[in-house]
This record gives sequence, structure tokens and C-alpha cells, in this order.
Amino acid sequence: MKFTMASFAALAVAGFGSAAFAQDKVEVRVMWYSDGIEGEVMQDLLDRFEKTHPEIDVVLDNVAYQVIQEQLPIQLASGKGPDIARVTNLKEQAEHWLDLRDYVEDPAYWEANFGDRFDWMRPDGSDAIPGFMTQLTLTGGFANKTLFEQAGVEMPGDGATWDDWIAASKEVMESQQLPAAFAIDRSGHRISGPNASYGANYIGDDRMPAPIDDGTMTFASKLVDWTNQGLMLPEVWVSAAGTTYRAAADDFINAQIPFYYSGSWQIANLSTKIGDAFDWVATGSPCGSAGCSGLAGGAALVAIKYTRHPEEVAAVMDYLASEEILREFTERTLFLPAHKGVVEAGGLNFQSDDPNVAPALDKFISASTETLPFADALPAWKWANAYYGALVTRISQVMAGEISLEEARTLMDQDIADQVSAASQ
Amino acid sequence: MAGFGKTLGRAVTWPLTLVARAVDPPLRVWQRWTGTGGMAAVFLAPNLAIFGVFVLIPLVLNFVYSMTGGTGILLDQRSFIGMEQYGRLLECEDYTRRITCREDQFWTAVTNTATFVIFQVTLMVTVSLITALILNRNIRGRGFFRAVFFFPVLLSPVVVGLIWRWILQRQGLLNLITVNLGLEPEVWLNDRFYAFAATVGVSTWAHMGFYTLILLAGLQAIPRDLYEAAEMDATPPMRVFRRITLPLLGPNFAVVLVLALIRGVQIFDEVYVLTGGGPGTSTLYLTQYIYEVGFASILRNPGLAAAASILMGAVLVVLTLLQLWFSRRAEGRRAR
Repeated sequence: MKFTMASFAALAVAGFGSAAFAQDKVEVRVMWYSDGIEGEVMQDLLDRFEKTHPEIDVVLDNVAYQVIQEQLPIQLASGKGPDIARVTNLKEQAEHWLDLRDYVEDPAYWEANFGDRFDWMRPDGSDAIPGFMTQLTLTGGFANKTLFEQAGVEMPGDGATWDDWIAASKEVMESQQLPAAFAIDRSGHRISGPNASYGANYIGDDRMPAPIDDGTMTFASKLVDWTNQGLMLPEVWVSAAGTTYRAAADDFINAQIPFYYSGSWQIANLSTKIGDAFDWVATGSPCGSAGCSGLAGGAALVAIKYTRHPEEVAAVMDYLASEEILREFTERTLFLPAHKGVVEAGGLNFQSDDPNVAPALDKFISASTETLPFADALPAWKWANAYYGALVTRISQVMAGEISLEEARTLMDQDIADQVSAASQ
Repeated sequence: MAGFGKTLGRAVTWPLTLVARAVDPPLRVWQRWTGTGGMAAVFLAPNLAIFGVFVLIPLVLNFVYSMTGGTGILLDQRSFIGMEQYGRLLECEDYTRRITCREDQFWTAVTNTATFVIFQVTLMVTVSLITALILNRNIRGRGFFRAVFFFPVLLSPVVVGLIWRWILQRQGLLNLITVNLGLEPEVWLNDRFYAFAATVGVSTWAHMGFYTLILLAGLQAIPRDLYEAAEMDATPPMRVFRRITLPLLGPNFAVVLVLALIRGVQIFDEVYVLTGGGPGTSTLYLTQYIYEVGFASILRNPGLAAAASILMGAVLVVLTLLQLWFSRRAEGRRAR
């Protein structure tokens, strides 16, 4: 009996001791979403960090992208949120990011390797270090090579226009009895590259939103026509109201469409889910009258200014932003690197046995030289999201036959003006 | 063993006894001072406190928000703009053309919600009544069918939306059946009519079990001897239904109508998952509009969302009061 009591006492002491030890650990929460396998890679990297930093417990909260888009902004606006978050809406929420300049080990390293894109994620005129881009992205297309071959249709080559691609995809659709020829993600960001290719410009001389121009209307009109002709998969754009984001990746993965316009972040997703079911290629961005532009962007890992542990957060950020770790992250996730040192060193060994992956990455890298100046300016422009929201909402209504294109043009201008006015109240 | 049980009982009730002894003297004084009416207030206070914190204060805050502008969430980040948000919602050049309204999507949502409520509440009440009447009869497997009809009520609205989405989507179960029957597949949720019908049908399917239960309870409370007397007089079944069942089911019917109406106006989750408000804006209902404006849009406008929800609440209060007034008047007539 005595032995048992002594054992209990020892266990209790050990338990309290470990609890006390656990309480000494600082918890850093990271809100993270994944397009492909990057969540698993990040978890592995963080596990290694914890081994060398036993005083910090990093919790990776894997959430849906919609949570990042819809719930995180509410948390931030009320002064709450995780310690670190992976976000794509960088400029709009810049007021909530922590300036890491006073906390990171070597601000000069950060400036040298990520400085080119700090303006994407900090208020105009600021010199803050809010975080770093985990990857660069570029919008662009993917084609199901196997479907094209089975249909005996030649894939349009470099310099092909949107009309060329849709005409070729239509042939494949008819030959293979597919539900649609192509799809574009339901997102204002996604159609802004094509809009630029037709000469669109959203940014006025005073950096405020310009009225919807003919370039935007040209591509919008094409999208509506293609939808009415049954060429664009209606489930993506027509079957939702408001600004709801919908990707068409699953339809491409399930070989329901021969051509899909999305972006470089889909490469790992397509490779993982398609496997050897069919061959696919990246096509870059089809051309319009003004160019063949995609839209650059990316996701950033940012520190949140409401954190109670800025030093620990900076330690985690320093680790994840180091050249060695970011190189590994890039090679394993098949993302385009955003770290200047990694890019300049070159020789990236992308870890994939899929023969479709390396050519796809090369295609996106070469397509990145074709982006138009307006498209390059958008990521750092404050009102880009106001424009994106209006585009998605109203073009969907035109596709559903609720309003005309001309009415949509007026309504988009009004929506954008309302957003600007609401934001300045 | 009995001694141990007693000791355990005392140990468990000891804190409660302690609290009761502590509050007993002041309560006695209070009762002497205010009478039994005052005691009712004491016992209602905890519930009222919860109601106040979780319902009344948010309601007042919502009203305050509806008179502020900006994109910030916290009140101190927002500016007072009076009734401007209400003006923006109600401003129209031509009320017969929604597109001329400043917030045309609000008017679309109002029109869609009104149409939805008319169809859904009518269908819901009718189907629930028929089901309750059938389940009230002495049929074989009655318990099983009662459980079957109630089962969808237990499902989360998101699950309901997903199940029906899988059935109705392009490669869904319904198209599998139609294709096997030699028919052309249909993209049901891309057609305005089918999408609207789906929202009415799915929400009725999901909630009718609850209303059936209320009506069933009412049916079972009707004294059997009234039916026996009618049977002895050889009264036709339809007359029995009109003269005995329907009038005595009145109070339950009123409850079902009020609840179905409120739930109909507030419809959101299953429809949001099922159609996302589409195609176009044909199934965009008021709560989704409020959610989109206040939370889901890239540039949020909580003030406008709050104003829309206050207007929606006001309409609900008026409709509920009207319905209660009608049902009380009908009850009064019957009593006379």
C-alpha cells in the first residue's frame, strides 16, 4: 500500500512538473491553408524547428482557403487572430501585420531577399517588414494533353490567342463528348490577367479606381459569349452569387474540361491528384490584343500584430525565411520561389517523379516575363479587391441572363465607387 | 452500503444546501417586502440576464452598427452616419426595376425571400399536416415512419446541403438515374426554376419532421369522444376534418405557421451550400445577402449588413404579430 501511495505521489509530482514545464513553453499558432501538399511540408519543417527550439510550441492550424478569406479578416478587424498567417489578401489587411524589423535577427537579410515585394504587404510609404512571400504565383492555363491527342486536335502554340484556345478546346469537347471546353476559376484576380491582355487598366492617374474600360469589357463579353454557347463550364461562375470563390481544378482533374485557366499554385495539386491518369501541360496565358499577360501574385506568411509573443514569432519567421529552409520548401512544394538568394543560386531540385511537373514550372517561369506593366502593378494596388469583387458579382449576373453587359458596366462602376466611399467613411 | 449512499448524497448536496441557507434569509425578506410577484422576478432574473446578454444587447448593438459607416469592426473604428445605410438600402429610382436601386442585390434578395416564403411555408404546412394526419392513424410501422420523417431534422444544414448537392449536380445521383432511363442529363442547379424549386423542396424535406411533430401532438390532444360522436352521427370525413380537426388544431397550426415563416425568412445554411445563391442571384436570399455584405465580401460593410438585418427583423416582427392577431381573432370567434 505504501508503495502504491508513493507511486501515486511520484506520478502526481511528475505530472505537475511536466504541466509546469508545458506552461513554460510559448505557443505560436500559425493559420495555414493548402492548395496542394505544402501543409505537410510546413508541418515537417516546423517539427524540426521545435526540436531545436524546445521553448516554443508551434501549432499549425490547417484551414480551408475560405477561412483565410472570410473569417481571418473578421478576427483581425476585432484585434484578434493567430500569431502568424498565410494570406493572399496582402495589401488590404496591411494594417494588421506586425513590423518584424525590431525582432528579426538580421533585417538586412530580409530586405535583400524579400524587399522587392514588401510593398505588396505593407501600407504605402511604410518601411515595415511584415513577413515574406512563401511563393510567387502567376496565373496561367493548363491543358489536358491526352484529351487533345485522343481528339486529334493540335494544341495551340506560343502566341495563340484566347479565341484560338477556346476554338481548339471546343473541338476536343465535341469529339470527346465533354460537358464543357474550358473553365476559369470564379475570381476577379483570375480574369484580370486576361483583361490586361485585352488592354484593361483599373488604376487611375490618381491611383484611385478608373472606370471600367473597353479592355475589361472585351474579355468580359467573350466570357459571357463562351458561357452562353456552353463552352465555359457554367457550374463555376453561374452557379453562385456574390463574390464567392470557386475553383475549377476538380473538373480539370476529373478530365471534364480540356483547358483550365488558373495558376502556378495548382502544379502540385494537379500532379498529386492526376498522377498518371493523363498527361497535362502548362500553357502560359493565351494572348489578347495587347499581350499575353498573366497576373503575378502569391501567398505570404505574415506576423500578426496582435500576437503576445513577438520575439518567438520572429524566431519562427527567421527560421522559415532562411535560405536553406525556403529552398527545401520550394523544392518539395513545387512552388515558384520568392527568395532572391534562392532564385539567383538556381539549381533547384524540384522533388517530383511526375514528368509533367518540370516543363510546367519552366513554362510558368518563361510566362512570367510576358506580364504587362498594369498586371505587375496590381498586387501592390490598394483597390484591387474592390475591382475583383465587382467583376465577379456582375459578370456572373450577365452570364445568368439577369442583366446586360452594359448594365453590368454601370453597376460595376457603382459597386467600386460604393466600396471606396464605404472604406473612407 | 446504505450509509455510504447517504454520505455520498450529503457530500453532493452539501454545497447546494450551503447556498440555499445563505440565500434563504434575504429571499424571505424580499418576499415579505414584495409578495409572491417579487419572487417570480427573482426566479426569472437569471434567464433574463442570459436573454439580455445574448439577445437584447446584440440587438441594440446591431442597431447602433446600422447607423455607422466604414469597414472597421470595432465601434471605435466606425463613424456615426445616422440613417444613411437605411437610405442606401431603400433608395430606388424606379421601385418596379430592381436594377435602378442603389442596392439592387438587397431588393433581389427581398423579392427572392418573399417568393421563397410563400412557396415554402405553404408547402411545408401542407406536407406537415398531411404527414401528421397519416402518422396519427393506426398504421403498421407507425413508430418507424415517425422516426424516418423526423430524421432529417437531426442533420446539420450543411450536411443536408451537401447531400442534395451530390444528388443534383451534373454527375449526381439524379442524373445517373435519368441517363439510365435514356434521358438527357440536366444541370439542375444551373437552371433558375429547378434551383429555386430545389431550395424550396430541400428546406421542406429538412424541416418538415419538426412541424409534423408539433401537429401530431395537437392531433393526439383532440379528445377521441368528439370523433366517436361524429362517427355515430355518420358525419362525412371531410366535414369531421373541417369541423373538428382543423379548429382544434388551431393553436398548434398557429405555432407551426409562425415558426415556419420565421425560419423561411431566415433561410441560409442549406441553401448557401446547395446553390451558393445561384444561378446568378436567383436563390440569393436575405440572410445570404447580409452575410455576404457583412462578412464574406472582400471589402466588408458591417453597417449596411446591420441595417439590412434590422429591416428583416422588423418585417418578421410585423408578420408574426399579424399572424398571432389573426389566429387569436379566429380563436375568439370559435369560443363565441
